[in-house]
Amino acid sequence: MPILTITLFLPLLGALVLLFLPREDADRIRRVSLGFALATFVASLLILPRFELGRREMQRIEQAAWIPAVGIQYKVGVDGLSLVLVLLTTLLTVLSVLYSFREGHRVKEYNLLFLLLETGMLGVFFALDFFLFYVFWELTLVPMYFLIGIWGGPRREYAAIKFFLYTLVGSLAMLLGILLLYFHLPPGQRTFDVPEIVRQRPLSGTGLLAQLAFWGFFLSFAIKVPMWPFHTWLPDAHVEAPTAGSVILAAILLKLGTYGFVRFSLPLFPEVFHQHALLIAALAVVGVLYGALVAMAQTDLKKLVAYSSVNHMGYVMLAVAAAAHAYGRPELADAAATALNGATMEMLAHGVITGALFLVVGVLYDDRTHTRGVDDFGGLWAVLPKYGAVSITAMFASLGLPGLMGFVAEFLIFVGSFSIIPVFTALAALGVVITAAFFLWTIQRIFLGPTNPRWANLPDLDRREAWVLVPLVVLMVVFGVYPKPLLDVINLTSSQLVAMLR
Amino acid sequence: MNWQDLRWLVPELVLTGAAVALLLADLMTAPDRRRQLGWFAVAAAVPAAAACGQLLAELQALRSGGVRIFADTYTVDPFALYVKLVALGAVALVALVSLDYFPGRTPHVGEAFALLLFAGVGLLLMASASDLILLLLSIEFVSLSSYLLAGFLKRDPKSNEAGVKYFLYGAATTGVMAYGFSLLYGLAGSTSLYDVATRLGRAGGAAYLAVGMALAGFGFKVSMVPFHQWTPDVYEGAPTPITAFLSVGPKAAGFAALVRTLSVGIPLEQVQWPLLLAGLSALTMTVGNLLALLQRNLKRMLAYSSIAHAGYVLMALAAWKSAWALPGLLYYLLAYLFMNLGAFFVALVASEATGSDEIPDHAGLSQRAPWVAAAMVVFMLSLTGIPPTAGFFGKFYLFAAAVDAGLLWLAALAVANSVVSLYYYVGVLRALYLMPPPERTPLSVSPALRVGLGVALVGTVAVGLYPQPVVGFVELARRLLGG
Repeated sequence: MPILTITLFLPLLGALVLLFLPREDADRIRRVSLGFALATFVASLLILPRFELGRREMQRIEQAAWIPAVGIQYKVGVDGLSLVLVLLTTLLTVLSVLYSFREGHRVKEYNLLFLLLETGMLGVFFALDFFLFYVFWELTLVPMYFLIGIWGGPRREYAAIKFFLYTLVGSLAMLLGILLLYFHLPPGQRTFDVPEIVRQRPLSGTGLLAQLAFWGFFLSFAIKVPMWPFHTWLPDAHVEAPTAGSVILAAILLKLGTYGFVRFSLPLFPEVFHQHALLIAALAVVGVLYGALVAMAQTDLKKLVAYSSVNHMGYVMLAVAAAAHAYGRPELADAAATALNGATMEMLAHGVITGALFLVVGVLYDDRTHTRGVDDFGGLWAVLPKYGAVSITAMFASLGLPGLMGFVAEFLIFVGSFSIIPVFTALAALGVVITAAFFLWTIQRIFLGPTNPRWANLPDLDRREAWVLVPLVVLMVVFGVYPKPLLDVINLTSSQLVAMLR
Repeated sequence: MNWQDLRWLVPELVLTGAAVALLLADLMTAPDRRRQLGWFAVAAAVPAAAACGQLLAELQALRSGGVRIFADTYTVDPFALYVKLVALGAVALVALVSLDYFPGRTPHVGEAFALLLFAGVGLLLMASASDLILLLLSIEFVSLSSYLLAGFLKRDPKSNEAGVKYFLYGAATTGVMAYGFSLLYGLAGSTSLYDVATRLGRAGGAAYLAVGMALAGFGFKVSMVPFHQWTPDVYEGAPTPITAFLSVGPKAAGFAALVRTLSVGIPLEQVQWPLLLAGLSALTMTVGNLLALLQRNLKRMLAYSSIAHAGYVLMALAAWKSAWALPGLLYYLLAYLFMNLGAFFVALVASEATGSDEIPDHAGLSQRAPWVAAAMVVFMLSLTGIPPTAGFFGKFYLFAAAVDAGLLWLAALAVANSVVSLYYYVGVLRALYLMPPPERTPLSVSPALRVGLGVALVGTVAVGLYPQPVVGFVELARRLLGG
């Protein structure tokens, strides 16, 4: 059974089905859309029993001829890295669709775009052909443009087009990089097959061209991550997007960038990456500190969470840069593997935690208070005990409290990176302190202290909201306490990569 | 002359016969029933296209790369047949959406359709002409029909302006081109492209001058900077279906003629035309895109966008040494046929509904005509080059050719231009989807227009999702005779 292909195209099928439902029947549209999201989630879970834990390389490969005249094929597969990100995607799409049940404006288009977006994201993680990868990569832009532009906040149009333009610059630069790789394969063997191109590394030793291609990929991924100074689209997009859109943006779309660095930049251009690793590590550290400091200065809760993403994605990039810096030094291979494990773990942790944080903001802002100023609240935990518990757990997870998922990730990143680039790692560790400071301060201002009488009668989480938030909290705790099953899967790819980079 | 050779002309003969028959039938049809003449025009393209397919099959059966007939003045090869099919597609689709356009706006319905068919004949001739004189004549044939069509709505001052401007500009550039051709004749002593290639000799600067002057005429046809100034005014003023036709038909044939003239007639040792065209390509795409940014009128915006696209296509000529160049160009012509016709068809629907071509006046169209708006999303994304559309694969092909030929700077410029273009294409989608509609009554779209839109939509998506058959065709067509 081609389980990857089924998982990949189920959401698209759902979108097509929605196309033919009458748009007045909002309830049915919501249910059908949730049904497809759930089915996709189940399909992605079905990959698990078929996944061989002993195999480091790509598995469950499904392929078909597509445009053989120019060496393009449909080829999908999973390894440890893509598998966990796929599961994150399918889970968060279910939660986002479920959360959006209350969205009453243009329901049909809204759900259709979410399902379309899911196929795009899954395709990026599954694709093993550069052309196919690029198609899905771009496919994620369009639905997100409309989601921000139609259902977003007051500055939605500006935020939407900014998001689209920024990311398109990067993607097209990457496209040129892909073409450079392709045309440096020997004629007659030209292909867009990713494992084959990685094996041949056609640009190694070409000097300037390898540099150009590397920076082409870099631009694309760095904008997506986003690394400082390419991050300016993020606060706009994250703040203006509707809640579920922010969740997907933060939890999945940012991961496309770090995924790209790990999946493509590292194995394709190890020499060039190694050469510039310190520069990139420096950008990552700036991102960590800048993100944390700017987050601290925010009074808008959603903006605060948005900037905390810049901070957290900085940790991921620090670890990736460390792994690149360790290229060619076998004695650092273990540290590099640890750093990469941490990077992947942080991708997941940030997905789960920041996803939850945006939902937490949405629960308060969308349906209850219509304000999200950090200073407009106070003593909210007493009024909303369940909501308070969930929010505080998510914030603690985000600041890296031991026993929760974020801690595991950051610990691995710091342990791994410290033996490779100690100074940068030490500087980045400062970010943890600042993050802890602003989250604790936020908790204090919103949930503790005297109750603001304006909010004395707010209702606590309803059942649907609980269904959306509780799974994420459970994941934070479970993998915070016992991350081994996740790490076993992730480590397959990290050790494979490190073996390649020796 | 060999009468047997006439069979290679069947598509041209069919279309000419249909056009003449249409003129005669027009005389005998009551004014209120002249709409049916349009159906005849649509139908005429079908046997012509079938004949092209038949000729292609014949060439393959003969294992021949093409035939030269009538003393080498006319060449029928897979390249020509491919371009002819694209041109016939444009004629048929434009005739289809004109069915409900001309009746009611002009009493001369039959003549409009006949002129469209005649223009189509000219396009077919342009694709095959391999002699300077025939080339000039076929270009003039297309131009004259187009001038009349652009100014067809006599009582509309803008349409008048379009016709006159097009004529004046066209006459001037054709004159320059004719002078360039005469120089080539003087240098080579023959008007046949095949002879020019071998006899041009060491002409040096004179050959450059001749090619430069010839480029004026081709540049006019394909809207290449600096011969583009007519484009926005003519596109804005001409009847919208005719604008759609001008943006794809003459453009495709113009590129075909340019490719044949340069690749067959002008040896690279004599004139480094790829370098020349690299510069013109860069200039054309940049000027087109930057000016498109400023437009509020949909037809003017599409006019500048068509200039920009001419710039992208010219990349193929700049990257001529790449094996991807000509296939990329040919693929792009087909992609452009679907996506640009589609965009103009939506413009037609929108202007019929709102009585305006201003983009902000189409606000909220997605609420009134969801399918039309959704189709426009596909066309705009395709014009930007976002997958999985035909426009994306076309750009992919052209960028690849440029990278392959070592023109990384040109590819990078094209990338920058594509990003710029996103802004104004998405500006249309912004009006359609993000802005609230002034009223909510559903739009009615005539069945013919619906079919036209549907074909453009399916074409844009299908050719983009599964390009393999087209890629196979263009790989065959790239071996053009004598090139």
